[in-house]
Amino acid sequence: MTKFLLLQNYAGTAACDLPMTDWAPGDIKAHIDFQLALNAELAGNGELVEAQGLAGPELAKFVTSDGMGAPVVTDGPFPESKELLAGYRMVDVESEERAVEIAARASAAPGPGGVPIQQPIEVRQVMGAPSGDL
Amino acid sequence: MTAGPGLEDLLRELAPQVLGVVIRRFGDFDSAEDAVQEALLAAALHWPAEGVPDNPRGWLIQAAVRRMTDQLRSEQARRRREGTAARAEPSAPDVTCRDDTLVLLFMCCHPALTSASAIALTLRAVGGLTTAEIANAFLVPEATMAQRISRAKQRIRDSGVPFKMPDGDERAQRLRSVLHVLYLVFNEGYTSSVGADLHRTELSGEAIRLARMLHVMLPGDGEVAGLLALMLLTDARRPARTGAGGELIPLAEQDRTLWDRRLIAEGVAVITGALAAGVVGEYQVQALIAAVHDDAARVEDTDWPQILALYGLLERMTGNPMVALNRAVAAAMVQGPAAGLKLLDALDEPLAGHYRLDAVRAHLYEMAGDVPAAVAHYRAAAARTTSIPEQQYLTTQAARLRAGTAQPGGPAARPAT
Repeated sequence: MTKFLLLQNYAGTAACDLPMTDWAPGDIKAHIDFQLALNAELAGNGELVEAQGLAGPELAKFVTSDGMGAPVVTDGPFPESKELLAGYRMVDVESEERAVEIAARASAAPGPGGVPIQQPIEVRQVMGAPSGDL
Repeated sequence: MTAGPGLEDLLRELAPQVLGVVIRRFGDFDSAEDAVQEALLAAALHWPAEGVPDNPRGWLIQAAVRRMTDQLRSEQARRRREGTAARAEPSAPDVTCRDDTLVLLFMCCHPALTSASAIALTLRAVGGLTTAEIANAFLVPEATMAQRISRAKQRIRDSGVPFKMPDGDERAQRLRSVLHVLYLVFNEGYTSSVGADLHRTELSGEAIRLARMLHVMLPGDGEVAGLLALMLLTDARRPARTGAGGELIPLAEQDRTLWDRRLIAEGVAVITGALAAGVVGEYQVQALIAAVHDDAARVEDTDWPQILALYGLLERMTGNPMVALNRAVAAAMVQGPAAGLKLLDALDEPLAGHYRLDAVRAHLYEMAGDVPAAVAHYRAAAARTTSIPEQQYLTTQAARLRAGTAQPGGPAARPAT
């Protein structure tokens, strides 16, 4: 089994560029129900490690430090906030193909009017133990 | 622990009593606590097959003492090898204080500890939960929780707190820490009891169990009774607090027939008994507010003037701006939204950037019929909350208003109740 991190950010897509507060209430519910059902299905398959949503970009901070003086902490709002991470799923699956299949399901989550939002999902393999002697 | 529920209850009830005896005999909280955990695990392993011994408490004490003795022997042997003087004089038993469980609770909630450490240590040493169970409840790896507990024990050892009942002012102050820790454990379970985090509700149950225990030990303390009543009256609403999809249902929209009448009756009895005793503290006032809400069969039957008066009292007692926020909601219900909005102006500074201020403001603007302002504040609140169910709730409120599908709503801006 291999672990993959499936990441999504706040970027709008060609199919949907509306913030969720502008959706119809029923569409919001359908979207949330979809995400919960997908998590339940992955957990039921024994494939879900963790699924988390992150608090909004308004609460994000960037921290840099030279290791000596006080760290520099930058608060939002950030011009590039759409590129910030919105949430992730970690899955433990048989193959990369399966991780891509799950990412495709997540990307097609319903948006306004039930139309898939086509959110790009970044699929990243988690590095693990060595596969053998080098 | 994998033992059945009856056995598990017995073990968890005995855990602090056994620990008290072992600490008295050996005077070392840290290793005594480890030894008792091992004894509990051994019991959970053997008793289901071999039957519960006639004297379960004695069995556990003996098992824990045997482990302590083994450990001391190997330590003495090590010290002899190292040429240092072996010293393992057990401390003299303090027979004046018999209530070990209470002393333990005071010890675990010592102010030298952070609340996270105090919570973890209390759940293990007094609650008898295993490290794995505590880690699971707080959604952290077991190794992380083990480390948190071990550091907490080290801190207690370093601070040199004796295993005895503190007196006078010290005792009152420590009792406040105990109540605060139990309150935090309850909230941790209650506020996360939605959606994916359902299993964490066990924390609320454990907080109630410990508060009941404390109430039995200190029946004359009004604040202990107040905290227990507050937990019971709040927990009574749990079945109505989430929808089928795990979504948050605010107090005003809950199906009140789902509220647990038995818990409400018990909570009311506890708080009534406490009030008869006189001195009124914060937890008692909070319990009274919960009781007034629980008393209303329909949201429109809520006695808002009473709630407004109680929040006023609580605000004077605590000076807490979150209490002032709740008072503004009550004021809006009694005197209209303009009065509530006016009270919020004073909170811009103390609650700057807090999503609850935006959520309440949104709700009051909605009551006042100012839809654009309500939408803007619901959005701001949704952007700043750190809870997924609350974010979904606030997002939906903004969307609902924007879509012009306004429903008759009550005091919906208090999703955390």
